[in-house]
Amino acid sequence: MRVVLAEDLFLLRDGLIRMLQAYDFEVVAAVDTGPDLLQALLTERPDVAVVDVRLPPTFTDEGLQAALEARRQIPGLPVLVLSQYVEQLYAKELLADGSGAIGYLLKDRVFDPDQFVETVHRVAAGGTALDPQVIAMLVNNTGRSKPLERLTPREREVLELMAEGRSNGAIAERMVITERAVKKHTANIFLKLDLPPSEEDHRRVLAVLAFLEVAPS
Amino acid sequence: MTSSITTGVVNNVQNTDTTTGRTGRTGRDPLRALGNAVRSTLRGPVLAALAVPQLLLLTAATVAACLLGLGVGALLVPPTVLAIRGLAGLRRRLAARWSGVEIRDPYQPLPDAEPGFRGAWKRCQAILSDQASWRDLLWLLVDPVVGFTVAIIPLSVVAYGVLGLLLPQLWQPIADHGGNTWYLWIHVTDSGAAGTAALFGVPVMLAGLAIAPGALRAHTALAKSLLGPTARAEALAAERKVAHLTETRRDALTTQAAELRRIERDLHDGAQARLVAMGMNLGVAERLVERDPEAAKQLLAETRQASASALNELRDLVRGIHPPVLADRGLADAVRALCMDSPLNVTVSADLPGRPEAPVESALYFAVSEALTNAAKHSGASHVDVQLWYENGTLKAQVTDDGTGGADPSRGTGLRGLERRLATFDGVLAVRSPLGGPTTLTMELPCELYSRRTSSS
Repeated sequence: MRVVLAEDLFLLRDGLIRMLQAYDFEVVAAVDTGPDLLQALLTERPDVAVVDVRLPPTFTDEGLQAALEARRQIPGLPVLVLSQYVEQLYAKELLADGSGAIGYLLKDRVFDPDQFVETVHRVAAGGTALDPQVIAMLVNNTGRSKPLERLTPREREVLELMAEGRSNGAIAERMVITERAVKKHTANIFLKLDLPPSEEDHRRVLAVLAFLEVAPS
Repeated sequence: MTSSITTGVVNNVQNTDTTTGRTGRTGRDPLRALGNAVRSTLRGPVLAALAVPQLLLLTAATVAACLLGLGVGALLVPPTVLAIRGLAGLRRRLAARWSGVEIRDPYQPLPDAEPGFRGAWKRCQAILSDQASWRDLLWLLVDPVVGFTVAIIPLSVVAYGVLGLLLPQLWQPIADHGGNTWYLWIHVTDSGAAGTAALFGVPVMLAGLAIAPGALRAHTALAKSLLGPTARAEALAAERKVAHLTETRRDALTTQAAELRRIERDLHDGAQARLVAMGMNLGVAERLVERDPEAAKQLLAETRQASASALNELRDLVRGIHPPVLADRGLADAVRALCMDSPLNVTVSADLPGRPEAPVESALYFAVSEALTNAAKHSGASHVDVQLWYENGTLKAQVTDDGTGGADPSRGTGLRGLERRLATFDGVLAVRSPLGGPTTLTMELPCELYSRRTSSS
């Protein structure tokens, strides 16, 4: 699987390259600035991009901006954004086009290589993976969004795990229920959030978006 | 944005140039000089007419002052003095518009209006101890006499000239009714003398017009000497400014020192302690790895946990010092992000054409953050509206909640802190919070904006 990597700290970049290679990824480009990243994404068209939010030359959100710009030009380009901090605002912007294939994680998640690599795979496959910390913030604030109020606690828990990017099987395992029960819950969630039946994966992204209070149009 | 500002400045410069050019020509161009003279002549009576409200207010002030002994005066003095200040303000504006002379307000800041007699008494005291109030009274006394005379002379002289011109037609009826038949030194008893008087009428009229600009200048000078700040008042104002700056600087330093101590303590008790513990754990794990691999594994897992916690703590610390979104995106998006994290339902509207200096931006960000925290903690509000905009060199933020109101800066330490935070940058906080709500906090910070990239939306 071909990866483009953007990280300005040499040590982290080196470590990430080594880790990804150890898990059989092919790092086709490892860049350290925003403009280089955009260039690399547009020419290499990788299977997935792993991007640091803060990059030179401005050391602000260059990485995020480059990733968003690349996705405007290559719709659905899978991008996993890593950041020292998680911001709901950035999560919303990343998910705003509703096409999925987005991950947004704290940098510390690389502490657990197995899980991190699994997330990279999930994003590459078109899934959505939000950092548990983003979700924790959202959960603290639920109750102010009308459609989410209609969900039962159980359904909300399923939605949270869905937002973390887990499959029905993984959710079932985590909640110690059967996969069929998870399916029932997800169907209820889609119904309550007013998401008409279409391709399953797409609806999962929309549900997560509703969770993030983005009004997808 | 910058370009339009620059153009504005350039235009101003050009305007000033043309104005000076025009003023330069006034002396040479007889038509312009005549126009100026006529305008000045006609402005005289308007200034003279000020005598009427001046005398009324002088009377009112006298009455109010007499009643001070009875206590009722304390209620009457402030409105009277405010009315006097209003009239003086009008005179100052006229001086600026007609003579191009700027007369600055000499007044010391009044204490905020408090309800009840005590508040009125405090205001009254402040007014009475302000030297400018007494100088206003002096103006009320002097201007209706001296100012009135100076203002009315040019038009009177012009009118006398016109009378001379009309004498050939008028002398007969005047003489018939037993009126005064002298014009200057000419005794008008026949049409010949009337004709001579008419001849003198022209230079008299011109003389009236000629002295008019001078009289207007003199009147303005009189107003300036009485209504402008004295050298002592200016020195006092400068002293007050210095005192204010010293105080806010001390506040800023104290706050900063406290902040640094907090950061030091957080680092020392938190991340630093954890790193030491991790080091020890690793040392123990090293020894255990062969003897008791299970225990070593457990220790290593704990250590990884500790490292994650240390990271979390450092992250929170940095957020408290300078929030990353603020650095990345500027005030508008940082406040948006803040509002997403708030437990309340918050709407944000922002209209900022650029970004201010980082310290100003940060001060307003934390002020808004504190306002939101206050709203969430105390107001019982469910919806908050945050507005950010820039106007006349001032960055403004307004936070309105639909809570129960009753917020009082003189009691709440939160609001005091907020006030101090803004004062460091010469900013102000206005609180409007009637019981029953809604509460509106308005924060204003004078600053300049630079057009850096601000918001993505």
